[in-house]
Amino acid sequence: MSQLLKVARPGNRFIPSLVLFAMLAVAFSALFGATSAQAATAECKPHDVSAAFMVEGTLIDNDKPVVGAKILITGEGFNACGITDDSGYFIIDAPKAGKYVASIDTTTLPAGVKISTEGNQQAVDLISTNDQSVLFPLGAGASTATSFLDQLTGYAFQGLNFGLMLAICSLGVSLIFGTTGFSNFAHGETVTLGALLTWFLSVALHWPILIAAAVTIVLVAGYGIGQNKYIWRPLRKRRLGLNQTMIVSIGFAMALRYLFLILFNGDTKDLSGNTQQITFGAIHTTNIALISMVICVITLAAIAFFLTRTRIGKATRAVSDNAALASATGIDIESIISIVWLIAAGTTAVAGILFGLQYQANYLTGANILLLMFAATTLGGLGTAMGTTVGALVIGMVVQVSAIWIPTDLTFATALVILILTLLVRPQGILGKKQRLG
Amino acid sequence: MDLVQILSLPLIQFFSATTAAYVLCALGIAMQFGFTGLLNFGQAAFAAVGAYAYAIGDLFLHFGPIGSLAFAVICATGFSFVLGIPTLRLRADYLAIVTIAASETFRLLMTSGQLGPWTGGTEGLDSVGNAYYKMNPIPQGIYNVLGIPLTEKQLWSDLTGWSTVVVCALIMLVLTRSPWGRALKGIREDEDALKSLGKNTFAYKMQALTIGGIFGAFGGIVFSIDSQTVQPTVFGTNFTFMCWTLLLLGGAATVLGPIAGGMVFFVVFLFLQHLLQGLQGVGILPFMTQDQASQIPFVVMGVTLMLLVIFKPQGFFGNKKETQING
Amino acid sequence: MADLIAKGTIEPGCQKVDPILIADSVSRSFGGNKAVDVAHLEIPRGKITALIGPNGAGKTTLFNLLTGFDKPDTGTWNFEGRNLAGVAPYKVARIGMIRTFQLTKALSLLTVLDNMRLGAQTNPGEKIFASLIRPIWAKQEAEITERAETLLKRFKLDTKAADYAAALSGGQRKLLEMARALMGNPKLVMLDEPMAGVNPALTQSLLDHIKGLKANGTTVLFVEHDMHMVRHISDWVVVMAEGKIVAEGPPADVMKNPAVIDAYLGAHADSDLGDVR
Repeated sequence: MSQLLKVARPGNRFIPSLVLFAMLAVAFSALFGATSAQAATAECKPHDVSAAFMVEGTLIDNDKPVVGAKILITGEGFNACGITDDSGYFIIDAPKAGKYVASIDTTTLPAGVKISTEGNQQAVDLISTNDQSVLFPLGAGASTATSFLDQLTGYAFQGLNFGLMLAICSLGVSLIFGTTGFSNFAHGETVTLGALLTWFLSVALHWPILIAAAVTIVLVAGYGIGQNKYIWRPLRKRRLGLNQTMIVSIGFAMALRYLFLILFNGDTKDLSGNTQQITFGAIHTTNIALISMVICVITLAAIAFFLTRTRIGKATRAVSDNAALASATGIDIESIISIVWLIAAGTTAVAGILFGLQYQANYLTGANILLLMFAATTLGGLGTAMGTTVGALVIGMVVQVSAIWIPTDLTFATALVILILTLLVRPQGILGKKQRLG
Repeated sequence: MDLVQILSLPLIQFFSATTAAYVLCALGIAMQFGFTGLLNFGQAAFAAVGAYAYAIGDLFLHFGPIGSLAFAVICATGFSFVLGIPTLRLRADYLAIVTIAASETFRLLMTSGQLGPWTGGTEGLDSVGNAYYKMNPIPQGIYNVLGIPLTEKQLWSDLTGWSTVVVCALIMLVLTRSPWGRALKGIREDEDALKSLGKNTFAYKMQALTIGGIFGAFGGIVFSIDSQTVQPTVFGTNFTFMCWTLLLLGGAATVLGPIAGGMVFFVVFLFLQHLLQGLQGVGILPFMTQDQASQIPFVVMGVTLMLLVIFKPQGFFGNKKETQING
Repeated sequence: MADLIAKGTIEPGCQKVDPILIADSVSRSFGGNKAVDVAHLEIPRGKITALIGPNGAGKTTLFNLLTGFDKPDTGTWNFEGRNLAGVAPYKVARIGMIRTFQLTKALSLLTVLDNMRLGAQTNPGEKIFASLIRPIWAKQEAEITERAETLLKRFKLDTKAADYAAALSGGQRKLLEMARALMGNPKLVMLDEPMAGVNPALTQSLLDHIKGLKANGTTVLFVEHDMHMVRHISDWVVVMAEGKIVAEGPPADVMKNPAVIDAYLGAHADSDLGDVR
């Protein structure tokens, strides 16, 4: 135990955390370096993963995919296009619910591939569904609509991707709750800060994305420590009740949200510079998504390593289990809490950056996923890191896969349903302990 | 920059139906938090449930003003049961988490294209309360109230809002001074103690949540009758935390606190907003746009909420001893 | 005396002539440790029973289980023949089994008098709709207030009636909590360390109150570390160690029981066993 005391002393306590972030920075650079060669931007707008309404399908002629054909959709005073990829697949985002007409630009069809005039006017109904498959009858063969299984595979992949990102931001909520018993309603703003700061550095100041990301992580981690030092630690010293502390965090979230609005304006920031569509099997994804998933896995592994293998990590878990006992064995609780804030904010910044790269960002980005983070931590068991990871993956998966049956703009509602059901059936969460319910 | 306008415009808010709507929502939170210790971070959703239920009852189901009101109360009660049953047996933060989540989800649900025929989707509904305005007994004309010219319609709407506030405040006064209210305060102090004395604390908490929620629904109805519209964007998290700020300004465990707090809050808030816009207009804030200047008061509001909870938890009208609600 | 309480041989878990509370195989573990593992226990009606044992013996946990504040892993128990397993704490209190807590739960920001009034079980004004109409509950409220004032006088708290409970000393809060429990006219009152922190000058009067309860026909079960008090007022003593009942009997006999001395010496060599040592 004297060992714990020793490492928990200020001075050398940040070193393991810095090592963790150095590892992350290396991971970032390796992955982005590998994909720096970017494809020429197509004339049609690439698919945005967060789009609410979309039209998709696959062009097949005589069992061969039709590559490079241009598909147009028009309607609701709007038009958009998409190009079929190597597997003949296309996906086009629509701006809002409504009725559209999809057609193929026949000049882009390869020689020998024909379509009748009637067959080339496909009605698209994006009122009763948000994701419509279109089937074009081509020549002798036909185009195929995306099968259910393919749809499921595609959404499950997106769910995994989203769940991994959700896991690293929810871990922050969970670690802070574990060590201080406090549910931080201002955690969404940490995600926002990560995304907007990276946008500012990389897009507005034209810094290379890697440097922008690294600087963002360091700044946000510092913001976490500062936030704890100047707000939450003094409040703990004043013995402010937990209810009051939660209200303070809400006030803090409001202030930050509007500060972001003033500083960055309300428009949506696009961070995704060099997105490349990648298709394997039924999965249509992007290089950014794949990189993001790898970074998430590395981050999760690093946190798991920290919690289970390092002395400070073990001390952190001891504080979560029983703060009084941990304190009695010589662990400096306040130092542990500082480190937890550093890690929580740092990893949340990583999530924010990845979120911004994949889904764009604005001043409400974090606030919008706060519900999902709380649902994930509650489902997994508030205050347990492993549980939170599992919970986040489940929530990410359900939110994405439910898009098959319910409109995309309502998929977030499934998280609330899961949250309520968890509280009714197993309020301590999948991996939580019953005593925590207090 | 027109100083007279900057000073006089906010004063209109003093007795406006909008202020009354927020005050009603804050009274509801006072019932839940101030007297019972429940953290409802989704009062906006109760207001939205009230507003939408009233509008749908009024416009589509043709229930008439009274019927629509009853329909709204039923919906708000149902909503509070959905949120309360899973959470009220658990630690206080679960209610906070579920209410804030439900509030955002409900708003998304209302904007969804699927429910468009009933909710008007992102555009919301209009012509709300036409039936109610037909009941206006005030003859047509312009009335001068404390130097503010009001049409008979505005006057009727303001009167409606504030008489609802008076009725709700009176009900709350009676309730909180009764043995029932004493039990609520007991739960706020120590729920286990009340259980050991044979009180069904779950039922009390559910009742407090429901009454507070119904007050919130009244707030939403007053809001939508006044503007004659129901718009989903109104009922965001801002709405909830504006109510919390004005509640804590006045004092959480008081009945008069939220009322006085509401009046002060909106006058100061709008004064600040107009002043900043005015300053921006004459070039004193050159690094800002008009929009940015008008958003500063929201930052101030967030900081005020923090400072109030930390340094003045009893608010400006509360008894210092009675409001140190720890939990 | 002993034969008036117990039926047959006096041994751990023995039957009583007139039990008010009977518990069977009640167990509860925390993280693999069996905190409570009681095979059989009967509490005699109309008597004062002390529950003693070293720290961590499971006394408070047993209280929590019997009153519904904690859920056992196994076990059933009944009060006056009524099954109480799985019954919510507030219902247990309404049936007539009212407890106090080791760490006092005075309602700090309510007045002492309001604390007392909350102890009453039959106030129609505590129902939400009735509370709106004062005439429905005014008469009952006045009676309750009168009863509360009488009890406060008995517990020498009458001068504090209008103060916030937060202003009371630790010992006074103990008294308030006990008085508040009595407002509900319990058939069985369960006191968790009623003497802890109470000013010694008040101890004697507190003991008299507890004896007075017995005289009124109330059954008392209390947890206590002060062996002098146990010897002084209890009719029957139940000894717990490591979750189990290791001995029971009249106070004088129990204190001489080697199992009891073992239990205490094993856990706490310096425990004061009163006159026995």
